[in-house]
Amino acid sequence: MIRVVLPQHLRTLAQVGQEVDLPVEGLQTIDSVLEAVIRAYPVLRGTILDQVTGQRRPFIRYFACGQDLSLEPPTTPLPQAVMEGKEPFRIVGAMAGG
Amino acid sequence: MSSVRVLVGTQKGAFILTSDERRTDWQVSGPFFAGWEIYHFNGSPADPRRLYASQTSGWFGQVIQRSDDGGQTWQAVGNKFAYEGTPGTHQWYDGSQHPWEFKRVWQLQPSLTDPDTVYAGAEDAALFRSTDGGQTWQELPGLRAAKGHLWQPGAGGMCLHTILFDPGDPQRMFVAISAAGAFRTIDGGLTWQPINRGLASPGELPDKSAEVGHCVHNLAMHPSRPGVLFMQKHWDVMRSDDAGDSWHEVSGNLPSDFGFPIAVHAHEPDTIYVIPIKSDSEHYPPEGKLRVYRSRRGGDGWEALTNGLPQEHCYVNVLRSALAVDSLDSCGLYFGTTGGQVYASADSGDSWTAVVRDLPKVLSVEVQTLP
Repeated sequence: MIRVVLPQHLRTLAQVGQEVDLPVEGLQTIDSVLEAVIRAYPVLRGTILDQVTGQRRPFIRYFACGQDLSLEPPTTPLPQAVMEGKEPFRIVGAMAGG
Repeated sequence: MSSVRVLVGTQKGAFILTSDERRTDWQVSGPFFAGWEIYHFNGSPADPRRLYASQTSGWFGQVIQRSDDGGQTWQAVGNKFAYEGTPGTHQWYDGSQHPWEFKRVWQLQPSLTDPDTVYAGAEDAALFRSTDGGQTWQELPGLRAAKGHLWQPGAGGMCLHTILFDPGDPQRMFVAISAAGAFRTIDGGLTWQPINRGLASPGELPDKSAEVGHCVHNLAMHPSRPGVLFMQKHWDVMRSDDAGDSWHEVSGNLPSDFGFPIAVHAHEPDTIYVIPIKSDSEHYPPEGKLRVYRSRRGGDGWEALTNGLPQEHCYVNVLRSALAVDSLDSCGLYFGTTGGQVYASADSGDSWTAVVRDLPKVLSVEVQTLP
């Protein structure tokens, strides 16, 4: 199981708590986690990745194990601790309010 | 007894204000979708239980919410707004061409006859339609074919903010876009024509014959007289008596003819309302006095309506979608301000009271008249 932490607005939209557990089979990469999030919570479609381009939305960031993974290729494998469920994969709304 | 339900979209959520037909005691519910910008919140004329809300965020994009029970419960529906075909380009600030990019929905206008059919006005400007209650959206690309390559964003973004239906002719619609102008279709949205003849902005658009490039802020019509259109332009209040073929100015004695919303009385097609704002540099009422202006003869000859509105130290703005009229016998008006007040009048604007004073910045106000 992969632990995923969602930003507050997406928790409200998906009606979940701060952290969700998702089964992600096979190679555990950034895009496989994001696909699993959308599969489990279709209401989040378009809120993390742009609906049309499929690109990460500009003010969305990904963090895990103290690393910023936002700019890594989507096929990047997740850190071992995330794959083992010891650390969460964090989807963050950037601090960009001014 | 009849009642009214006022749908308020704000910068940090949606609110519903309800009252019976006396409109003296109000119940306030919300915030719905707390923390999200609700650009527009509207109800179906065909089924008042059906509500739609445009929920947006600079972080998380566009969500469309739908209620089938008057706002008690909600479900997120489709939010994929894909421009038809190759999106193409429009004019950018430096005169170059810039790709069309979807940003948000400014306006949701449910069909007059079918609650599952709803139109969405988007930024970057385009018109979308859903016929399945918002689950899927299709662009009406003929609009952008109306010289879209010459459209250029205004300061608020290149948004399609106004959608009007002709109640007598389902094939005829009007839309307005900042800062492109007004457009009309007579074939149900397949093809569109700019309708901006007579609009003048000598300082910003010296070419008097320019078909597009006009900063139209809002349009209004009375359903009994759909060939007569009223417009609040960036500057100037305008009127057309030929469904937009030509326009003439009716600003008359207004203290400022800059403003955003315009509305028509529910029962008097020649009674119209605007809320003057000092200027495009100073987005607040002239002299710090919040005044609704009413003309009972379709423009010119304006009277200030001030009873119950702050007449000193008021520096709020009223945005283009934040003025609405109900259809009770004694026509009610409602408007929301950037300071979070929602004012209501149950007597055609003669007197006003603040229903709420401390909401987030109000982006839109609509009202449903319920049997």
